[in-house]
Amino acid sequence: MTGESDHIVAETAARIFAEFADPQTINRAKNDAWKAQLWRTVSDAGLPLAWVPEHLGGSGANLADGFAVLGAAGRFAIAIPLAETLMAGWLLARAGLVSPGDAMTVAPARPRDRIALGKDGTLSGRALGIPFAPDAQHIAVVTEDVTGTVVALVAAKDCGIDKGQTPAGDASNVVIFDRVKPLRHARAADLDGTALMLMGSVTRSVQTAGALEAVLSLSIAYANDRIAFERPIGKFQAVQQNLARLAGEVAAALAVSGSASDSVAQNGVFDEAVFLEAASAKIRCAEAATEGASIAHQVFGAIGFTKEHVLHRFTLRMLAWRDDFGNESYWAAELGKYVARRGADEFWPLVASR
Amino acid sequence: MSTNLQFDQIRLPPECERLRQDVRAFLAEEIASGTFDPYRPGHGDSHDRAFSKRIGAKGWIGMTWPKKYGGHERSFLERYVVTEEFRVANAPVRLHFVADRQSGPILLKYAPEHVKADILPRICRGELCFVIGMSEPGSGSDLFAAKTKATKVAKGWSINGSKIWTSNAHVADYMLGLFRTSPPSKENRRHGLTQFLVDMKSPGITVNPIYQMTGQHDFNEVVFDDAFVPDDHVMGEIDGAWKQATSELAYERSGPERFLETFYVMLELIRALGPEPDIRSAEGLGRLVAQLHGLRRMSVSVAGMLQAGKEPMVEGAIVKDLGTVWEQKLPHRVRELTAFLAPEIGNRATLEEQLAFATTVAPKLTIQGGTTEILRGIIARGLGLR
Repeated sequence: MTGESDHIVAETAARIFAEFADPQTINRAKNDAWKAQLWRTVSDAGLPLAWVPEHLGGSGANLADGFAVLGAAGRFAIAIPLAETLMAGWLLARAGLVSPGDAMTVAPARPRDRIALGKDGTLSGRALGIPFAPDAQHIAVVTEDVTGTVVALVAAKDCGIDKGQTPAGDASNVVIFDRVKPLRHARAADLDGTALMLMGSVTRSVQTAGALEAVLSLSIAYANDRIAFERPIGKFQAVQQNLARLAGEVAAALAVSGSASDSVAQNGVFDEAVFLEAASAKIRCAEAATEGASIAHQVFGAIGFTKEHVLHRFTLRMLAWRDDFGNESYWAAELGKYVARRGADEFWPLVASR
Repeated sequence: MSTNLQFDQIRLPPECERLRQDVRAFLAEEIASGTFDPYRPGHGDSHDRAFSKRIGAKGWIGMTWPKKYGGHERSFLERYVVTEEFRVANAPVRLHFVADRQSGPILLKYAPEHVKADILPRICRGELCFVIGMSEPGSGSDLFAAKTKATKVAKGWSINGSKIWTSNAHVADYMLGLFRTSPPSKENRRHGLTQFLVDMKSPGITVNPIYQMTGQHDFNEVVFDDAFVPDDHVMGEIDGAWKQATSELAYERSGPERFLETFYVMLELIRALGPEPDIRSAEGLGRLVAQLHGLRRMSVSVAGMLQAGKEPMVEGAIVKDLGTVWEQKLPHRVRELTAFLAPEIGNRATLEEQLAFATTVAPKLTIQGGTTEILRGIIARGLGLR
């Protein structure tokens, strides 16, 4: 059980987002000045380093608290590297490393990418789709040498970063490590590249579920408000059926992301149970994002397709999140192979064990 | 605006896992002794009085009901485990399942004391089969258009008319039916229906079979010709049945039987694919696994919230909508995912037989117990749209 603190931290986050990250206000903003102010405010509240113990420079909240913050961030389609800094701080803490106090991201962000730690202590490799790389001062890197997993902290300015971005306009970059010397690094027990992918998948799933909740609220409000053929469009059964389907997708995303984040928070280790939960969450939330975005846009019609409407802040972001830390096809293949390897007789016991 | 969908993170407590092992051991023995064949899914639909009595003797019927009525005062989560293990094994539970899931709880709430004391213990012993009498030739999803009449007579009511699509009626001991006791009022078209407990052995009741496209006999038409029902068999308020179907519906809608009806084809898919499936099959299987895991987590969550005294109406309706659509599509997905397998795979015959059955059964899954359209209407209302 997550307890009371979960509510306090998440409520603080939601209050800050409502004041400094209102989607409508941001959508109208002429420049990116809101980003600095929002970052300052969430930093003052200790949110980016919520998963870092106090002795390593963080605010020492528990995993459930952090996931609750991510859910709220999804509901506001937060477009600063908050989730990424949370994950980076968590990674560094797992290796006993102190977190710097600024914005961070993590690498790799794709399951097949590898960054090697050379004998000379430098990092080499290429990582695709690194979220918010130009906005981050530091990158927490999962790397391996012959003896096992190492977590390294590097300065973003020491890496080559391209100009890529997601359809939502958030930075998503190829990052080149060309014999980059880490600022510090340490061995991490009970952790490997897969663990980072699973943690990233749960993170994106929780954000996606939050974004879907917001999309559902917006869609219902619009359907009750918009008049066509002399009545609110929400009175038409065809629209009601679509919104009920949207609610189903939102419900599935909430349940499965909630289950996965709960598993990570309770288990602490990335065992087979967490693999099933995290992979399932990423698959099902990505499917819900695909389905949910198309239904919501159908409800809004032309106005939802405009730059000035906020809907795209949610839909494009949740569609982009599908690609981070292993897309749904990748995890489905991994999960399918795993289930096939165990065999039919072991399948129901696996499902029933969660 | 009530758009806050909620799924508490419910994990089954340790006593549920011990119970699960007991249920599995019991089912393994029953399979070994030839009671049913888990590979023959049609069997799960049959009525087996002796088997139901053995389940009753185990204490697995009326699990959540008070001990004084033969129940066992166990949790909804324990009942959940029993339900899902029986469903996954394709065990034939039709005889007692309706009574256990929905008729018993209605009796508990609305029947007079002596009726409860008489009937509930017999349900718990696995001796009674119930049928639900709602649909009529002129009213299906539109429940409140029912016309079959109950007319007041001395010491009771006289029923005339007919009910249709009544599963189990040909073997049932009792019906819980909705009958018209007054015309609908101007203000409320749902007014005027009353719920009755009907002894199916009463004179004036005829059961006519209606065969299904699977070849099975499950549906019936039940004709009432001056069938007498005594006053103490009125369940709840006269003319007020519409007030009575609320929270228990969430329970009826959200159970594991709402997504596991065609589960056997998924097991055959895994057998057919073998330990090293190609990438297409692996991805297809993985998606099904994720979807199933998601449905089960939602369903367990609703059971846990009901146990905690909450009323997750919309969440329950969503589980049934998503679950039945999923189990309906499942045989078609399995067919696609096995399309490129070698013809000589070991379980080809079983797979084809099961797919044929599941494909034939599939259309009913989104109709029975509330159609997809009705469910989505309920969800839309819950969202504040009507």
